[in-house]
Amino acid sequence: MTDPTPARGAGRHGFHPRDAVRWDTAVGVLLVVLLLCSFAFVDNFGNALNLSFLIGNTLPIALIALPMTMLVVSGEIDLSVGSTVGLSGAVMGKLWNEGMSIETIIPLCVLLGVVCGLVNGLLVTRLGLPSLAVTIGTLAAYRGIAQIVLGSNSVTDFPQQYLTFSSDRIGGTFVPQAAVPWAVLLVVAVMVLHATPVGRALFAVGACEEAARFAGVRVKRLKLSMFVATGTVSALTGVFWALHYASARYDNATGLELSVIAAVLLGGIDFDGGKGTLGGAVAGVFLLGALQNVMSLVNVSAQSQTVVTGVLLVISVLAPRVARQSAAARARRGTRGPRKPVPATS
Amino acid sequence: MTMTAKPAAAPAGSATGSGGFLDRVLKVRELAILVVLVLMLVATQLDNSAFLSEQGVKDLLLNATILVLVGVGEAMVVITRNVDLSVGSVLGVSAFAAGEFLRGGGNPVLGIVIAVAIGAGFGVVNGLLVSLGQVPALVVTLGTLYIIRGLDSVWFGSRQITAADLPSGFVGFGHDGLGAVPWLAVLTVAVLVVAAYYLRGYRGGRDLYALGSSPEAARLAGVAVRKRLLTAYIACGALAGLAGALYLARFGNVDSGTGNGYELTVVSAVVVGGVAFTGGSGSVYGAALGALLLTSINSVLPAIGVSSVWVQAIDGVLLLLAIAVDRVVALRVAALLRERAAQTRSAHHD
Repeated sequence: MTDPTPARGAGRHGFHPRDAVRWDTAVGVLLVVLLLCSFAFVDNFGNALNLSFLIGNTLPIALIALPMTMLVVSGEIDLSVGSTVGLSGAVMGKLWNEGMSIETIIPLCVLLGVVCGLVNGLLVTRLGLPSLAVTIGTLAAYRGIAQIVLGSNSVTDFPQQYLTFSSDRIGGTFVPQAAVPWAVLLVVAVMVLHATPVGRALFAVGACEEAARFAGVRVKRLKLSMFVATGTVSALTGVFWALHYASARYDNATGLELSVIAAVLLGGIDFDGGKGTLGGAVAGVFLLGALQNVMSLVNVSAQSQTVVTGVLLVISVLAPRVARQSAAARARRGTRGPRKPVPATS
Repeated sequence: MTMTAKPAAAPAGSATGSGGFLDRVLKVRELAILVVLVLMLVATQLDNSAFLSEQGVKDLLLNATILVLVGVGEAMVVITRNVDLSVGSVLGVSAFAAGEFLRGGGNPVLGIVIAVAIGAGFGVVNGLLVSLGQVPALVVTLGTLYIIRGLDSVWFGSRQITAADLPSGFVGFGHDGLGAVPWLAVLTVAVLVVAAYYLRGYRGGRDLYALGSSPEAARLAGVAVRKRLLTAYIACGALAGLAGALYLARFGNVDSGTGNGYELTVVSAVVVGGVAFTGGSGSVYGAALGALLLTSINSVLPAIGVSSVWVQAIDGVLLLLAIAVDRVVALRVAALLRERAAQTRSAHHD
């Protein structure tokens, strides 16, 4: 990054902070524009109840997006998060039916998340398997175990104060109470990813694993801890999901993994690793959340919303690359006069 | 670029040379699935003698055909180190399109052609996005999964197609057959053999493996990367479309949820069948066996009295086992090859 003429670096592979910043900012601006327009033109958008619905429904995705961002930055992915949410909820429901107290159940569910993450992480780091394949396997396995645990029952009679906590707002504002723990996690995640050696190491591993290893990063341990973090947060989300919707079923949060990944990628986190910011990811999450909310308000059917999500996702990966390619093409055309200004390496 | 022809021949030659041993291991890999499958079926038969009756065999084959078809297409894409997650959505939309056409009194053969054409059309879209945009296939096809599913539901609404709407010949085609072998299975085997022959014997097929083994090397060797990727995606889409038509014939019942979540089953079947995510290895026969294994488990469990809630967990564990075993075998083979290389080197020294 010490290259004094950044335009020349545009065609090369590697880390381009400018690109990442531009994309994050674009998504952030888009979110702000959407919110402003909705406040101005969409009836019933601005009232506290709707805003709290918006945030409450987006929270599960927002929670999991935090560790998922770090995982994708380090070049891995976890598709089993939705199933971990379901499994954690199913175990919670089962234990509650057995008469255990909720104060014991929640730590147990978190522990379960740690185990789920460990299984993913150990298979990826110790056996050297691709995380995509492993987590498709555990996606089916965890969901299957959830089904074995709870069958087709649903558990709804959780203690009232917990149900209230997960659906109530703070005082007279529109912020759900459950957003507070999320905000704490967000601060922790931002600090870890953007202000600590661990975060730098994650970017290094994502950009070039080999180089990071030679630079002294303990790649396997780092990745393992990220999988564990993802599993843990997913299990917590499972508890929140069961309480928020007052229903623990084995098929809770089916397909949530795709929403999380769509939001994270929309936020400018490069699927190849080594690029992205948590700000972008959070903007992506809430952009999708707000868009869905607005479309429901203006009576766009849920099906058409799916189309919009898909189009946004495709654009989000296509646009930066097209921009980069055209920038590279322009740079090539610009440097045609003095041939080969870059030192020939081949 | 004038030397494309010559270097293209070289990697093909070296692949067969050093890959002889690897080839054998991969064949053993397919044999292993076959053994597991046969053991499972025999054990079930011993436990429940009604299992492998004529109708039982027919059901096993019928259940497998649709997954096998989509799996063959998916395998062609995965071999190039890409993936197509939109197959479930494509299956759903082409099944519905064929159903609408037949309900209006259309010719069944034309209905199947329409389904295949729709699938191929979506294959073109996926293939162009992946090959021209050079964006990760996982992300693009995740996007098209959403888009196609959405279009699908907008078009369907809450409508449904039932067997009563379809010509009886078409529904009969979905159920009847030569004794225990249903027509659908005959068609599927034909597709399977053609795909396998193309991948083994034609330059286009070999190029798919070359692309998956090393995209960069394949490009330098003059493989027409975009064209081959496009071919793979079109084949995958067309087969998903065909599977949609057969789904309609088999079940006679299609709504907007048809094919929902099917992509993960397909990917599981392909990977269990030994087509590695890292590209360049595996065969469509393996993928077909993987699909047959997964669908057979679904029939075996109820037959031996295990509740069907176990099916999904077992599928997942099986997938994990398959990739773990593959990895261990690959490491062994690599160590063996290194050892052999070291031996030849020391022999040269003497």
